[in-house]
Amino acid sequence: MSFLKKSPWVLHYAATSCNGCDIELLACLTPLYDVERFGIVNTGNPKHADIFLVTGSVNEESRKVVENLYAQMPDPKVVVAIGACALSGGIFRDAYNVYGGIDQVLPVDVYVPGCAARPEAIIDGVVRALAILEERARERKTQRKLVTS
Amino acid sequence: MASTTIVPFGPQHPVLPEPIHLDLELDDERVVQALPSIGYVHRGLELLAERHDYLEMSQVAERICGICSFIHGQGYCQGVEHLMGLEVPPRAVYLRTIWAEISRIQSHLLWLGLSADAFGFESLFQHSWRIREMLVDIIEETTGGRVIFGVCKVGGIRKDVDDETLQRVGRRIREIEAAYEEVARVFREDPTVQKRTAGVGVLGAEDAYALGAVGPVLRGSGVVRDTRQLGYAAYGELDWEPVVETAGDCYARCEVRLREISQSFDLIAQCIDRMPEGKIDVSVKGKRPQGETMIRLEQPRGEVCYYLMAKGRKNLERFRVRTPTFANIAPLVQMLKGCELADVPVIVLTIDPCVSCNER
Ligand code: SF4
Repeated sequence: MSFLKKSPWVLHYAATSCNGCDIELLACLTPLYDVERFGIVNTGNPKHADIFLVTGSVNEESRKVVENLYAQMPDPKVVVAIGACALSGGIFRDAYNVYGGIDQVLPVDVYVPGCAARPEAIIDGVVRALAILEERARERKTQRKLVTS
Repeated sequence: MASTTIVPFGPQHPVLPEPIHLDLELDDERVVQALPSIGYVHRGLELLAERHDYLEMSQVAERICGICSFIHGQGYCQGVEHLMGLEVPPRAVYLRTIWAEISRIQSHLLWLGLSADAFGFESLFQHSWRIREMLVDIIEETTGGRVIFGVCKVGGIRKDVDDETLQRVGRRIREIEAAYEEVARVFREDPTVQKRTAGVGVLGAEDAYALGAVGPVLRGSGVVRDTRQLGYAAYGELDWEPVVETAGDCYARCEVRLREISQSFDLIAQCIDRMPEGKIDVSVKGKRPQGETMIRLEQPRGEVCYYLMAKGRKNLERFRVRTPTFANIAPLVQMLKGCELADVPVIVLTIDPCVSCNER
């Protein structure tokens, strides 16, 4: 992938994370890593977002929020799970209030490992998500053509 | 009939990196009352103490919160060491103090950035985080981790820092301090910052004391209380005074944090100068924790209490944490009464809410 057709906007939600992955995620936006120069913007509004970044595993309370946010995002959309917690529950796996990874409630496309996930890894995950996003956008286009013809 | 509107704030909100929910009851634009509800990040971490053995648990304790991770690990280890009657070597104590102060600075810088973002000063946010990144580099160089240090263990620390590195860190700290002073000047002198924070969310000294506020919220209201005065770790041997401001508004709380950053730079320099030689850990072989203890430490956000109980087995019987954000929620509700809706994000951020600490 040599260039991006669109500026992907990301939505971040901390499901039941310990904060470690969240600050690494925010660190990606700040001067050292600065993903904003590629047009990646962190938005607070799910209706503007293309990529959903979730950190931490889910519990009953956050499950509702995560599902709600996901439902509000327009298609095509991609979900990136960040950190060991979001992958499998991580260190909190045995805790009574944790369901496990985000993939228990959402279809996850990219898994970013690490506890805490490093900013480089997160950026790499987002880049992979972009490829999936473009692919989905293309599929939608062909589908639409088929429907109208 | 007086009609009020309920406006939900959170759990997912642009200024909040973490989920907390407030129901704001509004009369026109004024907040009549705020009802917090929590539980979005509850994991049940305390119960893990009964499943993991007491050595492993220090890793879990660090993950109570990723921002003040080191101090949580330190508190847990101090508690277990107290139960086991271990004497930690002075070098380990001093290194722990350095790391604790570095995490205090990075946490305060992180907060300064987020609060600048909350009142719409985007470039200040970026600058605070630029400086924070320099500290994270030091953390990475000395511990290997960026946010989760993983160096604190029961009986001491996992990793020594050689003197050459320490001297280099000392020099770098001075450079960072110079860079920080520039940013701090903006917070102190910029009229935008003043306008958004001065006189907003006032909490009087009596209220702060009665509602059990801790940390910068308490000290911003003029009450002199800093848990480091207890003299745990190396604080008893270092020269410092708690930072206090009297106005009790958002600006005062910001000023407390600004001055605490400078103070922490100074504390780190003192620790490096007085660094003792010697071992960095003591053996815990064959020993088991036994008894009950209560440990209090000063987090960047205020006082944190740990309660530990053990019955001589390899897991603790009970582990309980009371974190500063939890103590600061009642004062927050008080501050929000009668404020403007537009000021809510700024006020919520001035207590430096750390939800994952709060709910564990
Ligand atoms: S993966 Fe580790 S650092 Fe990230 S949220 Fe979970 S415990 Fe915290």
